[in-house]
Amino acid sequence: MIETVNLTKKYGAFTALDDLNLTVSEGTVFGFVGQNGAGKSTTFQILATLMAPTYGTAYINGLEVTKDPEKVRRVIGYMPDFFGVYDQFKASEYLDFYGSSYGLSQRERSEVIPQLLELVNLSHKHDSYVDLLSRGMKQRLCLARSLIHDPKVLILDEPASGLDPRARIEMREILKELKTMGKTIIISSHILPELAEMCDEIGVIDHGKLIATGSVSDIQEQLQQQKEIVVTVSRELEKSVRFFEDDPDVINVQKGPNGTIQFGYKGSDEKQQVLLKKAVLDDIPLLSFRPIEKNLEDVFMEITKEVEKA
Amino acid sequence: MKSALLNPVLNKEIRLRFRSAKSFLGIAAYLGILGLISLGFIGMTLSFDYAGVFRPEESRSMFLMISMLQLALVIFITPGLTAGVISSERERQTLPILLTTAQSSSSIILSKLASSLSYLLLIVFASAPLYMIVFLFGGISPVSILASFALYVFTMLVVGSIGVLMSTLIRRTILAMVTTYSVAFFLTGGIAVIAMMLTNFNYAYYSQGTDYIWPYVFASVNIPVMFFSVFEGSVMQELQTMAGTSFSPWITFFIFYGVIIAGCLLIAVRKLRPRMKTKGKPAEKMG
Repeated sequence: MIETVNLTKKYGAFTALDDLNLTVSEGTVFGFVGQNGAGKSTTFQILATLMAPTYGTAYINGLEVTKDPEKVRRVIGYMPDFFGVYDQFKASEYLDFYGSSYGLSQRERSEVIPQLLELVNLSHKHDSYVDLLSRGMKQRLCLARSLIHDPKVLILDEPASGLDPRARIEMREILKELKTMGKTIIISSHILPELAEMCDEIGVIDHGKLIATGSVSDIQEQLQQQKEIVVTVSRELEKSVRFFEDDPDVINVQKGPNGTIQFGYKGSDEKQQVLLKKAVLDDIPLLSFRPIEKNLEDVFMEITKEVEKA
Repeated sequence: MKSALLNPVLNKEIRLRFRSAKSFLGIAAYLGILGLISLGFIGMTLSFDYAGVFRPEESRSMFLMISMLQLALVIFITPGLTAGVISSERERQTLPILLTTAQSSSSIILSKLASSLSYLLLIVFASAPLYMIVFLFGGISPVSILASFALYVFTMLVVGSIGVLMSTLIRRTILAMVTTYSVAFFLTGGIAVIAMMLTNFNYAYYSQGTDYIWPYVFASVNIPVMFFSVFEGSVMQELQTMAGTSFSPWITFFIFYGVIIAGCLLIAVRKLRPRMKTKGKPAEKMG
């Protein structure tokens, strides 16, 4: 449904997108995550036909964005990260204008506008001026606007940015509902856990390059190449430290307070089981042996820091 | 035709423009100024006339003064109304969304121009009753009035097209406006000054009888001079004689400005959206 082929965007010597190859299948909710300036919005603007790539191309629903931009516009609904609204319009008039811009008849518009306002929980604001809506309401209205022509593909650039927690949850619920409607959605955020909850697949972009892609668990696996293990012993701290330092898969052993020892472990799960069994047999006075579960945020921060260093 | 009239962008622009009280205040202020000047002119003429009579030739002078003043106002107001039509959408961050709709670039540009000019047309036509004062006293034919209104519309199109082009090319409204004013003032005042200066260098024509074409060329592409010649045809006739040609200056005028209008709108349409064509990928460096 969405495919980018060697998508590259350069601004003089600066490369905003570097040979981006991405595939999003039909009906998938794809999360595009990266720090500010990683290349998310550039990718979305190219997909929305607002910017030409320097090299490469992209396809949406089989249509090439560089060759058929007019047709592409009819199959996409685009919500930019920063957008303005026509303040002097009422919510329903705002949607009516965009409906007519997509060629919907008066009858079609009068049918679809109440449905969309209901979808984004704004039915009660039908006759309110856009100017008077809260930021969260404006975001939801803009989302409804992007759906006015029933597009197959939704391109949502940080739709929850700047929203308070409640508004974020409301936005997330609406997106889940859109997912059940079978829309193909590509959505960006710089907060990985936020996307993890609602996306089928995730792509991590950094400095214009796609550094990982797949399901949430795939991403965690791809990015988390090294485990962290914390061990607590009741006594004989020095002996225990030496024991773990002797294992070839253990790195960076550090002593902590109250008999804790923390180290990195490169081995497989099977090897980890063997290490624990050996520790028990060697009379290491273990109170606990616990791998630290890194959350997606930590993994993302770690990997993007590594790319930046490189 | 029906779809052009029901164009969503045009519809939106007109609705938003006339929803604001500012628009109506603008019309009121404009008519107030013109009305005061007209009544002031009549009052002053009557006070200086020994018999206290307003004569047809004075009515004609008043008409000329109001017409030239109205032309100046049209030239002055049009950039303000058109030079922000695209750049203000860009500044308000509504342009990207508009550009991802199914509206064609030509539809957006022409609708924006039409909506701005429709407001200006309303202002100008609202002033028509003031013009009718001259019919009370005589001295001007209805054809002259119609011709002057037609030239107002044409002037709006010329300056409006330049404004829309600048608004498309220049990201900031204020810069687009300054550029449009500069171009509009050059085309109106600048060219008129050049034509007048060139008229002073006519020694060859008078001393040797050689044709001297340049004042005629510059005058025939100058809006105020051509506008004035509608009422005082002798101006252009004299320049024609100097140039040794009987070619109608109106043909030059309409071709020149027709090309400007078409060129500005064409470039604006082409530049509104990015060209999506890409370069071929460069060959990988060897070694």
